[in-house]
Amino acid sequence: MDKSGVTRVATVGGVPQGAPPAIELRGINKSFGPVRANQDVSLTIAPGTIHGIIGENGAGKSTLMSILYGFYEADSGEILVDGQPKHITSSSDAIAAGIGMVHQHFMLVEPFTVLENVILGAEGGALLAGGKARARAELQRLEREYTLEVPVDAVVGDLPVGLQQRVEILKALYRGADTLILDEPTGVLTPQEADHLFRILAALRAQGKTVILITHKLREIMAITDAVTVMRQGRVVANVATRETSREQLAELMVGRKVLLRVDKTPARPGATLMEVRGLDVVDGQGVRRVKDVSFALRAGEIVGIAGVSGNGQSELLAALAGMVRPAKGDIAVGGTALSSLPHVDARTLRGLGVGHVPEDRHREGLVTAFTAAECSILGHHDDPAYNGAVMTDGRKVLAHCERLMQDYDVRPPNPHLKAANFSGGNQQKIIVGREVERDPKVLLVGQPTRGVDIGAIEAIHRRLVALRDSGKAILLVSVELDEIRSLADRILVMFDGMIVGEVAADGATEQSLGLMMAGVQQEAAE
Amino acid sequence: MSALGRPADVPPWVSIALIPLVNLVLAFVAAGLVVLLIYWGQYADGTLPGADYLYTPVRAAELLLKGAFGTVPNLSRTLYYTTDFIFAGLAVAVAFHAGLFNIGAEGQAYFAGLGVALVCLYLDFLPFILVLPLAIVAAALFGAAWAFIPAYLQARRGSHIVITTIMFNFIASSLMVYLLVHVMIAPGQQSPETRAFLPNTTMPTITEVVAWFGYKLPRLPLNLTFLWALACCVFVWIFIWHTRWGYALRTVGLNPRAAVYGGISVVGVIIMAMCISGALSGFIAVNEVMGFNRRLLLNFVAGAGFVGIAVSLMGRNHPFGIIFAAVLFGALYQGGTELSFEMPEITKWLVVTIQGLVILFAGALENMFRPRIEALFRRRPAPLQTAAGRTGG
Repeated sequence: MDKSGVTRVATVGGVPQGAPPAIELRGINKSFGPVRANQDVSLTIAPGTIHGIIGENGAGKSTLMSILYGFYEADSGEILVDGQPKHITSSSDAIAAGIGMVHQHFMLVEPFTVLENVILGAEGGALLAGGKARARAELQRLEREYTLEVPVDAVVGDLPVGLQQRVEILKALYRGADTLILDEPTGVLTPQEADHLFRILAALRAQGKTVILITHKLREIMAITDAVTVMRQGRVVANVATRETSREQLAELMVGRKVLLRVDKTPARPGATLMEVRGLDVVDGQGVRRVKDVSFALRAGEIVGIAGVSGNGQSELLAALAGMVRPAKGDIAVGGTALSSLPHVDARTLRGLGVGHVPEDRHREGLVTAFTAAECSILGHHDDPAYNGAVMTDGRKVLAHCERLMQDYDVRPPNPHLKAANFSGGNQQKIIVGREVERDPKVLLVGQPTRGVDIGAIEAIHRRLVALRDSGKAILLVSVELDEIRSLADRILVMFDGMIVGEVAADGATEQSLGLMMAGVQQEAAE
Repeated sequence: MSALGRPADVPPWVSIALIPLVNLVLAFVAAGLVVLLIYWGQYADGTLPGADYLYTPVRAAELLLKGAFGTVPNLSRTLYYTTDFIFAGLAVAVAFHAGLFNIGAEGQAYFAGLGVALVCLYLDFLPFILVLPLAIVAAALFGAAWAFIPAYLQARRGSHIVITTIMFNFIASSLMVYLLVHVMIAPGQQSPETRAFLPNTTMPTITEVVAWFGYKLPRLPLNLTFLWALACCVFVWIFIWHTRWGYALRTVGLNPRAAVYGGISVVGVIIMAMCISGALSGFIAVNEVMGFNRRLLLNFVAGAGFVGIAVSLMGRNHPFGIIFAAVLFGALYQGGTELSFEMPEITKWLVVTIQGLVILFAGALENMFRPRIEALFRRRPAPLQTAAGRTGG
């Protein structure tokens, strides 16, 4: 444990030297049943710093922060705030101790205004008027101090996510937070919005606030933090000063072995068009037009990436291409067969045409978490004669199929009887990728293939996708991770507000130009 | 258990046998307290000695058990009730696995009685060997038809199946009253029921069956439908866990979006599940109309369809669990009747109270003890989430 690095950066934030740590955790243990989420976690966070906590999914970061914020109570261990031991058993205890949290999924009441959201739970009396006036004055002061411009009377639901996040930060500051925990704050932001967030965080640090940044993005850790704690399997494996480490070293600490961060692939050699989309419109259940006049072609031997901030129509596009949703307008052709010429189209039709699909949402679409791995390994193909007799399903064939899949795709533990819910995110994803790739599809639709997946599994999944491309298949990759799109795709389409606003070759794309397009600036202007 | 769908964390017998048993014992302890309270009110003047007073719950339990299982006739009456409850429990369970709550087993069974009666009344020139399958098919078709309409409305129009099946219970009830009072009533009598079925159109009772082998029993309600109920348990077990249709049904029940992703027609599965559920409910009519009453009459279902909800819940929606739960409820019905003969202070409503307590402990309070009991028996080393992640690479 390298505490010297941490104490040294403590001087950065303009806080008097020798001040007690803002947060100190000592020997935190937490188990959920037999799962030991945190084991003997000790951690010191200097005041006036930005402290990163990094680790793979399931490494225990979120559990640790939930303990600090009072959602869970630790089985054993101590929490010290400003050198004072605190007993935090609820979020109100945490707020009283000056700890605020910005959740990954915002805790906002969308039909309420910003002001109403900020005073929620801190109204200061039965009548709102007085509290509101006081809050308004206080907010103006906070906004000035931290460059947190937010339209105070706007309805939160109408604001873009970047601003909603600022409302969350304001909420925490309004409650007097000195330490702010941010859980994966950039997942929903464009690169520009993320940069703005980092400027706000830097302003907070300059004012002496302490920020804890939970993330799995190495780039962010390197860009903004002063010190970083690496967690693996519920334990702290390293505490280092950011300036003394590197991305490669952090990745290795996270995974426990050397990791290849770049995807090895040769230039694409696109062949015949395998899927063609023309003038596609998708309207959702509420009657909102989510995909607007989208046209593109997928060719054999290429990976086409669709970049965009989450919620700009990518999910609906993917659902329509996979046959899960009927497009309102336009047509999709797979290998020369136009879907509009078929009497009935569902996901089974598309599978029959050779379209595989790794869905965006593993838990809600790709798997039935209450099913065993064996049962999940035949989802979408459960009526394949290979697994069925005249009446009964042949359980042994399903098991054999799953065992082979688990071996080929290195699923751990290789136990087909285990419930899908009991596998880690990476292994769940390997089951799905295996199931879809193994069918040798002509076209593979892939949504967020590495969301919530550990680095080791990311590497394996990326290799599989590149191998599939090299065998002459077409792959459509939808991801909100720009790094993933840039390293994997041969061609990038950018989606904004349901439309494709630009197309660039992967090697010609800069983060800057992609980011502008993702924010809705047209391609010509972006370049 | 099946190769597919095996629970992986706790030994199966804990969740299948031990936990329901604990809940059941608690329900009976609570019922014992109710018995004590009843006697407290009746003998507040102290005419009942203290020791006898404290013994009343034990005596009640003894009488209940004897009344349910003590003699061959009593056992056979218990199994007659059990037959209805198995069908109703299976019906609720099949729908439940598709994520549907079928409250309409009562009405589906009632309407199916019409199908059975039509076969038995108007095809009575056929030999029994033909009447039997026709009556079973008619029961299934009529029960399924009565479930189909709510199913269609749910699948296509989004009308909530709980509401529509309740409504269909009332519609079935009114329809049957109309038919029995105005159309099917046997001429020359006051009570709204059809004429009695001819012997070649009735289901042989246990009395008749043992008579074939030269034994004698009094007239008893248990009939061969009981064997059909057991066969249906096997059928449902195979269907749900060992066929592709059952796979589709469970997928829709557990995760409808994954079903859409997998190309499974949610509409089709809802309709299939409800039709099978309705057909299973319909078999109650075979037991009641063709087996026991041997005529169509009002209210022959007598709440069995609703008991099916509790049976399915208690049996953890598994056919083999449902058999045990159905025997339990059958025993409560039969034993409770005997009990109220012997201890007049205890009315038949106590049986309803015990049922309520069983449902409370087995259903509503199920999670009160489950986590603690499961924690005791959790297998070690368990396949942990972190253990899976640790090696993932």
